[in-house]
Parts: sequence; C-alpha cells; structure tokens
Amino acid sequence: MIKIENLTKIYSTGVVGRGGIVAVDDVSFEIKTGEIVSLVGESGSGKTTIGKLILRLIKPTKGKIYFAGREISRYKPLEYYRNVQGVFQDPFSSFNPIYKVDRIFENVNRYLLNLPKSEFWGKVEESLKSVGLNPRDVLGKYPHQMSGGQLQRTLIARALVIGAKFLVADEIISMLDASTRVDVLNILGDLRDSMGLSILFVTHDLSLGYYISDTTVIMYRGSIVEMGDTEKVFKNPVHPYTKMLLESVPTLDRKWKPSEEIFKVEGDVTSFKGGCKYYSRCPFRKDVCREFDGKLSEVEENHWAACILFGGD
Amino acid sequence: MDILKVDDLKVYYKTLRGSVKAIDGVTFTIRKGEVLGIAGESGCGKSTLVNFFVLPKEPMYHAGGSVILEDKDITKLSKDELRKIRYEKISIIPQYSMDALSPTKKIRVIIRDIMREHGRHVDYRLVEERLEMVNLSKRVLDMYPVELSGGMRQRATMVVSTLLNPKILIADEITSALDVSTQKFVIEMLMGFMEKKIVDSMVFITHDLSILYQIATRVMILYAGKVVEIGPMEEVIKRPVHPYTKALLYSLPEMNVRFKEKRLEGIPGHPPHLLNPPRGCRFHDRCPIAKNRCEEEEPPMIKVGEDHYVYCWEVKA
Repeated sequence: MIKIENLTKIYSTGVVGRGGIVAVDDVSFEIKTGEIVSLVGESGSGKTTIGKLILRLIKPTKGKIYFAGREISRYKPLEYYRNVQGVFQDPFSSFNPIYKVDRIFENVNRYLLNLPKSEFWGKVEESLKSVGLNPRDVLGKYPHQMSGGQLQRTLIARALVIGAKFLVADEIISMLDASTRVDVLNILGDLRDSMGLSILFVTHDLSLGYYISDTTVIMYRGSIVEMGDTEKVFKNPVHPYTKMLLESVPTLDRKWKPSEEIFKVEGDVTSFKGGCKYYSRCPFRKDVCREFDGKLSEVEENHWAACILFGGD
Repeated sequence: MDILKVDDLKVYYKTLRGSVKAIDGVTFTIRKGEVLGIAGESGCGKSTLVNFFVLPKEPMYHAGGSVILEDKDITKLSKDELRKIRYEKISIIPQYSMDALSPTKKIRVIIRDIMREHGRHVDYRLVEERLEMVNLSKRVLDMYPVELSGGMRQRATMVVSTLLNPKILIADEITSALDVSTQKFVIEMLMGFMEKKIVDSMVFITHDLSILYQIATRVMILYAGKVVEIGPMEEVIKRPVHPYTKALLYSLPEMNVRFKEKRLEGIPGHPPHLLNPPRGCRFHDRCPIAKNRCEEEEPPMIKVGEDHYVYCWEVKA
C-alpha cells in the first residue's frame, strides 16, 4: 500500500538555511494493505515527520514514497487525498469552533466527492455509525458540545466518507480520556478487519501499539532501530534502546527496576556524525559501535534490528 | 499518622450559570511517609482539589468542609497566612510545570524571592546540592527559564518547590507530557526527595494508574467530584471493588493484551456535567450494576478490606 524508500528529511535552520536538523535519516519500510503499523518513538524521533511526508504536507529531502506502486508526488492532489487521509493529535484544533461539525463533511463533498446531497448525507450517516457514533449526536452540533473521543471518531468517519484506503493516525489517542481511549483503538482494528483499511499508527505509547498493530517500527533520532512483527519486537527485543523503552513502560503487573546510571549525551546531539546514534546512552557500548553504519539486519524472520552487538548478521 | 485531614470538603467554581461542583464532599487523609495517588479522568476534580490546598483563587471557592493541617483549618486562613504555609508546609509542582517559572527572572532571582518571602536567606550550597539531585548543573542559576529546555525547567521547578522542605509535596500530572524513559527518570528523582526526607509525604496526581502502581502507597479514585474508592495501591489494582474502578482498569491497554486476542472495552457514556450533577451516585448512568436506589440516594461508604473503602450501594462489606 505504502512503501517508503531511503526517506530523508532535513529541516534547515539558521539564517540562510546553513544549519540542518536531520529529522528522518534514510528510513525504509512498508505498510501492506489491511495492516496497522505502529511507528513508535520519543519526541524528536522523527515519527510525526514521516506522517507528514506521507500526507505530502512537507517534501522529502531525499528518498521516495510510493502509494499503490506509484510515487506519491506524481498523483494530483485531489486524487491523492481521496486515498490517503490523516487524523491528528488534538481533535479540538482540527475543527473550526465557530462552525458546526457538519461543515467538515460539507467541504469533503464540495471539493472531493461532488455527490448529490441525499446520497452524500446517507454515506455520512453510514460512516458515523461504523465508528460507533449516533449521527444525531454529531450532525448539527458544535465542536465544543462534543467530547474529544467523539471528535476523533468523527474525523475517522470523515476519512471513511472520502473512501480513504490509507490513514495516518498521529497520536490520535493521547489527548483522550482513559475510559474512551480503547474505544477509538478498537475502531481502528475493526476498520482494518472489515474494510481492509491500512493505518500508520504514530504513537509514543508502546502499550497502545502492542494492543493494536500488526507491525511495529521503533525509531530513535530519525532512524529505525528495530522493526518487525509486533509480537516478536515486544517479546524478543534486541536493540538496547527497545529494551530500555519496554522496561520503562509502567504496567500493572510489575514494578519498575531502578534505572541504570544515566548516560549523558556527549556533545551536541544534532551535529552527531557517524557510528550508532544510541552510542552515548547505551549501557553496552563498545568501540566497534562508533564505526557502525546503522543498517538494519535480520534477527529472525520478519524481525530486524540495527545493532552491531545484538542484531543479526 | 495523619498530616492532613480533609473532611467533607466542597470546592465549587462560580460561573454565570451557577456553581460548578468540582469537588463535592470529599473525605480523606494524607499520612506521614506515604505517597498518596489520586487518579481519575479529566474533569473529575483532581487538580481542583490540590490547587485548593495551595492557592484557592477566583472563581474557585470553598463551599463547605474542612482541611486540617497541624491542628489548623486552612480553609479559614487569610491569604497572608496561607502564603506562609505554601512552600513550608505544603508545596506543589504544578501541571505544566515547565511554564511555571517567571520568564523575566533568572532562576537565582526566583529562588531568592521565594526565600525572602519566607524571611530566609538563600543557602547556595543547599541549592546546588538539590540541583544536583535532579541532574542540573549550578550554571542554570544564572540562566533565564527560556534558556532551559522544557524538561530542565520542570526539574528546576521541582527544586524550587521543595527548597523549604515541605511536609507535603503535590505533583500534579507532571509526567503526562513526557516520554516513557524520561518519565521514569523524573519519577525516580521525585522519589529521591522522599528517600532523603526532604519531604514527608507526597500526593501524586495522574490519570495513569500504571504509573501510580509503581510508586503509590495508597490510591484514591475520583469520579465527577467524589471519591469512589480509596485503599492500598496493590489491593485496589488486584482486587478493585467499585464498578468504575473495575471498568477503568479493564479499559487500559497493558502490554499483555492484543486486539486480535482479547478486545478491551471502554466505559460507555460520559461523566456528568457538574453544574447540575445527578442525584444519587454520580456514576449510575454508566454503571452496569446500577439499581433504582443508585439514582436516588448518595451511596454509603463501605469498608471492603483493611484500609480499603468504596462508595457504592451494590457492594457488600
């Protein structure tokens, strides 16, 4: 469905753009039809940038993204956005507070679909029902009259009305309340199973990724450190960064182990050149890690890691 | 031993349409040496409760009940008297603590002003020691808050809040904006303040029960301005009794369940609006076991185990 090849994004900084922050550094992976891929990383890992690149909100510095076998920049915008849609973190800022919620649907029809009114609103009601909402609770309401969970579901419904086949869901759960979070996750799972929707689920919360995704991609400072089948990555983590992340997740069945000594990042993070990016924080670091090219290698079937010490051959 | 006793406390917000009953009859204590976790969804009143202890300000007002700190009812104190208690007896690391420091003052000046307010001189050796505890160098003293990163500002706020060795330190959602690995470090630093006896007791507020499980001694679950369950942390997690606690725990994706194998369910419905909260139990319209009585009368407090209480009609002692 979506294929990402050697994708690199450098944000230029400084007066004449001389400085550069490497947000995404030579990343390649693939999202198959009917698959949920969770893209996990801490802030600054580049996960949101990848989402933006897929949505064509920004242009890549290097590398290519393919949708259904064709490079995404070769689609006409309307054609592309009929297939690929995004839902973002803050549901309240996705809506214009002075208009009724209906407007986001009206705009869809005006610019993307051009269906007769009755047919279109029938479709809207159907989509709202498929995300577990009662159309009466949504249509004719203002955003402030609805909860965050309802708004997020309305936005997912909007993507369904358009007929999107691929959804970028960027931290769509993180602002929702605990009691409604899992409902939105379940909807993603249901849509994948019932209509084969493919989803890039961007999150910093590993437990959400574990619950819902088929494949997990773990990023650290712009690069993939480990990826593969979700069960394998979580049950048999290889990269020290993945291990540290998994141990830091608070859960209700075990208590935290005390952290090892904090490895301070040496020097300027952004100008770091060569070697493993996790070197300065890694408790297992060795001299060979300074020479490591950061390439992924296969650990087992459908499981890759970028670590010279613990990764595959 | 109880350091703070809260009895039937009511804290409302004045609005044009009437009073919003954010905290409506809450009773509990904070004991010496414990970490009391307060959990609940947004709007349950958890921040209102602790902000009231530290800085009750308009439109928030005290609508009943008492808060006894060392034989004094702090709800009856004047602004000036409260000012004395702040930082010395009870201190808070506020939500959004990365934005809690005045942007026009250097950290050194912020610290000096607070100490002066409490009639003391700054002991810089102590300050440096404390900064070191949170992994900051003494260089930050001569920096403005904007020169520090969000995480550094938050840690600087931790130092400022605890400089006068408060009896009770309140941490309000301090980890919710952080990455998992940073989250753990921040909590470990915070627990360092308890281990070194800089603070006696801590109140840790979060919507995330799995974080509380790591550190709290007891937990109090709030729903729509009322306590629904309070008890030892381990006990409440392993044997939750109130239907709300059970549903909340059941809706949390933990790293041991997957959608494909076992589907978790959220809690249908929404919390009530607190302008006109429902009579009876506030959870009744979302509760799977509610009976008629739950809509009419406020639920009683039932003891369900050692130090473990729930407010529910349908629970047996």
